[in-house]
Amino acid sequence: MIRALSARLRQGQQTSTRPVDALQLPERFRGRPDVAPSRCKDGCRACADACPTEALRLDPLRLDLGACLFCGACQDACPTGAIRFTNDHRLSVRGREDLLLEGDELPLAQSLDARMRRLFGRSLKLRQVSAGGCSGCEAELVALGNVVYDLGRFGIQFVASPRHADGIVVTGPVTENMEAALRKTYAAVPPPRIVIAVGACAISGGPFAGSEAARGSLPPDVPVDLYIAGCPPHPLTVLDGLLRLVGQLER
Amino acid sequence: MAGPTNRMPGVDGGEKLTRHSSVYWGTNGLAVAVDDVPRVAVADFRNACVDLCTHGRHLVALCALPGAKDSADAEILAVLGGDRSGHLGFLRTSLGASREYPALTPELPQAQAFEREMFETYGIHPRGHPWLKPLRRHASLDEHTLGDRAGTPQYPFFRVDGSGVHEVAVGPVHAGIIEPGHFRFQCHGEEVLSLEIRLGYQHRGAESLFLRSSPARRLVIAESIAGDTAIGHASAYCMAMEGLGGASLPLSAHSLRGIALELERLANHIGDLGALAGDIAYLPGASYFGRLRGNFLNLLLELSGNRHGRGLLSVGGARLGLDAAMRKSFLERLRRDESELEAVANLMFNTPSVLSRFEQTGVVAVQTARDLGLVGPVARASGLQRDVRHDHPAGIFRFAHIPVTAATSGDVMARALVRWLEVQRSLTFVQKQIRELPEGPLAAKVEAALPNRMVVSLVEGWRGEIAHVAVTNEKGQLRGYKIVDPSFHNWFGLSMALRGNQISDFPVCNKSFNLSYAGHDL
Repeated sequence: MIRALSARLRQGQQTSTRPVDALQLPERFRGRPDVAPSRCKDGCRACADACPTEALRLDPLRLDLGACLFCGACQDACPTGAIRFTNDHRLSVRGREDLLLEGDELPLAQSLDARMRRLFGRSLKLRQVSAGGCSGCEAELVALGNVVYDLGRFGIQFVASPRHADGIVVTGPVTENMEAALRKTYAAVPPPRIVIAVGACAISGGPFAGSEAARGSLPPDVPVDLYIAGCPPHPLTVLDGLLRLVGQLER
Repeated sequence: MAGPTNRMPGVDGGEKLTRHSSVYWGTNGLAVAVDDVPRVAVADFRNACVDLCTHGRHLVALCALPGAKDSADAEILAVLGGDRSGHLGFLRTSLGASREYPALTPELPQAQAFEREMFETYGIHPRGHPWLKPLRRHASLDEHTLGDRAGTPQYPFFRVDGSGVHEVAVGPVHAGIIEPGHFRFQCHGEEVLSLEIRLGYQHRGAESLFLRSSPARRLVIAESIAGDTAIGHASAYCMAMEGLGGASLPLSAHSLRGIALELERLANHIGDLGALAGDIAYLPGASYFGRLRGNFLNLLLELSGNRHGRGLLSVGGARLGLDAAMRKSFLERLRRDESELEAVANLMFNTPSVLSRFEQTGVVAVQTARDLGLVGPVARASGLQRDVRHDHPAGIFRFAHIPVTAATSGDVMARALVRWLEVQRSLTFVQKQIRELPEGPLAAKVEAALPNRMVVSLVEGWRGEIAHVAVTNEKGQLRGYKIVDPSFHNWFGLSMALRGNQISDFPVCNKSFNLSYAGHDL
């Protein structure tokens, strides 16, 4: 008992203080990129050639953050510094097309409408479905429950049954073998319900885009309300997206 | 660096093995000419595999020779590891147009998943295989758990009948945040008579996509075989490409890869200790280890720009290094974490309620571990001295040795204890490497792969032995690529661990293995 108490005292307070979006990630963290098409040299396609997932479009330069793995290969390849990864962790949007980044402004997710906010604003229960996720995204979702991020204090919780949930969080490129289970899980959530796609795989297939064994995105009958980009997204990125969605974070 | 040699290793029962002239002895990470591996008769191939595996070796890989898919002639390659002289045994045999051979599994249970994989993927029939069920494929089979009533054949689950026997089905979608898989228990009351694990839900077609992809894409696929083992699989991929190109890396790159690999091990082992505590409702352990795990992911983040080390490795070396200020900061934090970890571990491993749940739970006997060909901390917890860093050292582990950790009791306690001992040894290693990190370039140029070569790269990931097998064609292009995640060897071990245990102990047994679904399903 004494030992337990002394360990507890030694641990002290570890939970991050609010507002959580004020936390600064390390300099090397590859978050939202700055894209500066004006710096591109004519005919140069070094970044597009280096990109493992064809996330870059040229003329003008645009970066699809839904396909981007934030590996930094384009930044290394660019001779003029037209692409630079910043340590800004905020990477959540409401529409797929919002992820096509041109410049340095990402239209960050707006909150749900007033009716949905009334329902979910202070209590959101989610069911997680890994549909081919490599456990990278899953690990970061688990990390949200640790004492540092303590998701529960925001009224957001992962639950053990879709029947208890207000929505689902999907990770992975939606493998053929998980598609039916994903649909059934979604159908088991009582409406109104929300769908959150976490990570490059769930948004675009990520590294597995083009595989014959996976869809590469969520099926149209599972409509997405929130896209959280990254490979995997940092726990703060996910937290930021969830809080924006339920209207607990407005900036 | 010594080249591959065909000298017969003279230790560990070598006298019994001299008759196996069918085996080519190679080295981890060094390419061999495909034609140097003799093609032998099926009977000799089988005898050599069985004999070597009953004398201390184990199957690293057993696969259709990558790239031989479309030829009418089916060929099988076996790679045997665990030789005390550090050699890898290569064997191959041709099956001809019949595409069948007498299965190894009846004599060599560790071949069971490999043979099912060859059957499913290449249509190679291991005759007499006692458990020839689908491994990953679901199409054309009934989605039993999903309530399909179309009359298609059921997945043939093993069933126990009798008075009072009942069945429990779990998954594919689980209660927590975890990958999908289906668990089918046959129980008598609380006691588990049998557990069958059906996987394949995560199959993403990684291997076939790999061959169709650009080198840049291959690296990110490798990092995503199992997301918690990004460094481990990326290391194995890079080593394979460097072996095929005959590259020699600067010491700083080896050291950085070693630091990253051990940070990955630290984060995962510490996370597992926390999760084990969570599963027995010992909340101090769950909270403290859970937080400390994050500290190691954050070190990986500061080093690589990503919490899982993605983007750190490149074919030829590493993309980012550590400057003096970072090294100082890393060392300070590692020292602090080390002392905090010790305090938490001392607390947890001295709490009687923890010990009573961990001890004698989920026992895997050493002979079972050997028969199934288990790898990693799970194998070491059952008393097998099996560690790639020691048995087949490559990279930094040729210069800096980490002692092999082993326990004997084979229970959840042993698997927890092995993790804790490995945490301590990795901490010592990482701190030493950071202190002594050499200056200089981080990467070497890697030449194009040589034609008609084969390389096997082994890395001791935190779950155990990771193997990548790469084969080039006459133009030096990849014609085959086989990936073996440690989970592929270990899933059956979990089934065996559950026998005779209470079903309520499944979570803690499962966590003590903590296997990858995606790594198995590819």
